[in-house]
Amino acid sequence: MNVIQSPSQLVHPGKPAAATLGLVDVDIHPRAHGMADYKPWLSERWWSYAQEYGARARHGFTGGQPPFPKAQPLACRRDAWPPGGGTPASDLNFLRGHHLDAHGIDIGVLNPLQPSGQGDRNNGFSAAMAHAVNEWQLETWLRPEPRLRGSVVVPYEDAAASAAEIRKRAGDPNFCQVLMMSRTAEPAGNPRYWPIYEAAAEAGLPVAFHAFGYSGWAMTNTGWPSFYIEEVSEHATSCQNQVTSLVVEGVFERLPALKVVLIECGFAWLPSVAWRLDRHWRHLKAEVPHLRRAPSEVIREHIWVSTQPMEEPEVGRHLKDVMGWIGWDRILFATDYPHWDFDDPRAALPATLPEETRRDIYGGNARRVYGL
Amino acid sequence: MVAAVGDIPPGGRKLVEVAGRRVVVFNLGGEFFALGDRCPHQGGSLAAGCVTGHVSSPAPGEYSYSRRGEMVRCPWHYWEFDIRTGRSRFDPGRVRTRRYEARVESGAALQGATALPEGPYRAETFAVRVEDNYVVVDA
Amino acid sequence: MPEAIRAIDCDVHPMVLSMSALAPYLDEFWRDQVVERGITQLDGQSWPVNAPKTIRADWRNAAGRGADTVEALRAQALEPFGADLAILNPLYGVQMVLNADMAVAFTRALNDWTRAEWLDRDPRLRASIVLPLQDIGAAVDEIERLAPDRRFVQALVLAMGDAPLGKRQFWPVYEACVRHGLPLGVHAGSAYRHPQTSVGWTSWYLEEYVANQQAFQSQLASLITEGALGKFPEMKVVLLESGVTWLPAFLWRLGKTWKGVRFEVPWVDRPPAELVRDQVRLTVQPFDAPEDDPGAVERILDHLRSEDMLLWASDWPHWQFDGDAAVPPGFPASLLSKLLRDNALATYSRLRGEEGSP
Repeated sequence: MNVIQSPSQLVHPGKPAAATLGLVDVDIHPRAHGMADYKPWLSERWWSYAQEYGARARHGFTGGQPPFPKAQPLACRRDAWPPGGGTPASDLNFLRGHHLDAHGIDIGVLNPLQPSGQGDRNNGFSAAMAHAVNEWQLETWLRPEPRLRGSVVVPYEDAAASAAEIRKRAGDPNFCQVLMMSRTAEPAGNPRYWPIYEAAAEAGLPVAFHAFGYSGWAMTNTGWPSFYIEEVSEHATSCQNQVTSLVVEGVFERLPALKVVLIECGFAWLPSVAWRLDRHWRHLKAEVPHLRRAPSEVIREHIWVSTQPMEEPEVGRHLKDVMGWIGWDRILFATDYPHWDFDDPRAALPATLPEETRRDIYGGNARRVYGL
Repeated sequence: MVAAVGDIPPGGRKLVEVAGRRVVVFNLGGEFFALGDRCPHQGGSLAAGCVTGHVSSPAPGEYSYSRRGEMVRCPWHYWEFDIRTGRSRFDPGRVRTRRYEARVESGAALQGATALPEGPYRAETFAVRVEDNYVVVDA
Repeated sequence: MPEAIRAIDCDVHPMVLSMSALAPYLDEFWRDQVVERGITQLDGQSWPVNAPKTIRADWRNAAGRGADTVEALRAQALEPFGADLAILNPLYGVQMVLNADMAVAFTRALNDWTRAEWLDRDPRLRASIVLPLQDIGAAVDEIERLAPDRRFVQALVLAMGDAPLGKRQFWPVYEACVRHGLPLGVHAGSAYRHPQTSVGWTSWYLEEYVANQQAFQSQLASLITEGALGKFPEMKVVLLESGVTWLPAFLWRLGKTWKGVRFEVPWVDRPPAELVRDQVRLTVQPFDAPEDDPGAVERILDHLRSEDMLLWASDWPHWQFDGDAAVPPGFPASLLSKLLRDNALATYSRLRGEEGSP
């Protein structure tokens, strides 16, 4: 039997000393025990639908099985399964002890993943689920635990319904951002999604793109890969496409107040995307007169990245070059709890970073982005 | 003294503290092995890791699966370690977790340890005592 | 360009004006089909003919076209850049054709056109064999047909194809490449079997051109994880017009994942970065780096951890630089000999032993 019975004993408790502006974790994944957790907030009609058909992502598998099986069940750390039963991160008390208390987290941002209905083939179901998931966050996590903030889950393939959900939640300090998945059915900057960004900017909420979702297209622009290891690589490439689209479609020109946070997409790729955009924009400017600033400037002003998963160069100091190119104020600490590929806050950042930089990555930058 | 032999059945493991160090004791078919609990990568707990077999391959599409239950993976980034030697799979020469000697002593002694691996992490040996079928690891 | 080094230009693009240019190289049936069915041209959306990047403005002729004669290549590229060898990579849209038989016929015609109208007209020219991947057997046959002509130095496919290139269905092609000492060249551009991104179709050409960067990452991930690089250790893969600077971050991520997920691809028994340094090469036109920051270029080259991977190219007639600024800014002088010549000779075995001579 591989599951450890007392996992809380396996964590070495402690908060990084440099987190003097607080430790903010921008990526925690709360999980419902099952669809029944959402029932209080689903109509009869959508509850029946959920029983008969369930979530249908644009890939064909059912029951939460993904096209590429993950490395561990539910992609979770084996020590994160609560001893009282239930799936990882389904129990607030266990989350408090195993994660928030153990690492000294001052604020944790929740990014609920499947089953959330996001990206579902059925817009009506997706909208019903978004409402239910947002209510579930409030009742189960946000109201009982002041250290947690939630994300407004939206049915992003239906922009109008998404804007309505955002407007419903605007002004509620429990929510600190709008959540989308990184694989949308069309590139994220496409005008069909603009109502979402308008509503978010109006509400003063950043829009987070978290790795995953299923666009309905092959998982690479050259066809379907074979392996999970390729999918992990592909999260970075699809995020690169999203950044490109948001910039080139002029979303930030339209909405100067909009902020975008990229969560669990990696980050070391961002400078080369910015450089490539700048370079070729110079030659292709006439096609896109709506772009008034160099793409790299737009990225520098509007886009933040989270630390997890952190790329690992063969030569450690190379990562610092990249972080410097991105901007030390653009990087937000994240653990991705309870997934595997977890970074202990004390070990996550290169040891040679100066104190102020570590302080900002641990908490200062997130406080500014989210107004915490 | 860390456990009764019966506490760690074949295929099982137990996390213990020995002189301030966390040590995981595994039972592989009656042979006992003990590894330091901290993954050399970022310190994840190997006691919480998945125990699995070793897969190698002579060619794409071919899977040679052996040594079921003799590899442990760190739960955080899934690095795999050979329970018998502490050596990591992807770079056995350079990365390994600390390995401790573990023995069962009860009348006839069971020598479960293999040769000490070379490299930056050197396994410590501990004297072992037996008392009524107890596994004893001394630090 | 430094005068002392005779450069080898690893990426130039002769352009086909229309399908009638290929007519002499088609058999009677296909020649008549082209006319009777109105198949006038195969200019793909990857390279809109009138777009500023497709043909640099001062390389366009009075008709608004370009790159369609050997004279133009000599005057605009070979002579100004001091190259004594150039590798032609034709980019006509034969990969888009859906009828496999038609695709094979058109691709053969394109390769024969390249040979007759370019290779035969200047001894400094070499070329890639464009492959009709719509039919793998035919692609192998095409390699067998043309490989005896040693002026063909590479096999050419596109970055955005039908399936990731590492997949086993393509391995007969790689066996043929290895048999004949031909690197596999992967060039920017699409066969349009999929949208330009994994999240759909882009609105703007700028987005589409940039999206090639992701295709190269996916192709390389496939070639590594499917075991193609491992299975064919003598095969070199050349990434053409990729931008280059995406490579380090891609390897850092893939290498980290491999350490934990190696069990899924147990035949990958070396770190991906090592496989890539041994077998993958990249042309540096374009080189996506900040032009006003030589320090950044130096750091990027450091991140690549190899001086042997980079190959110079003009990418004629694509607009990547102005005037004669054909070497990307910031490259140290100490690297130029390898960049401009030595790495190409090491990569393309068919260029060796015949430098500058037919």
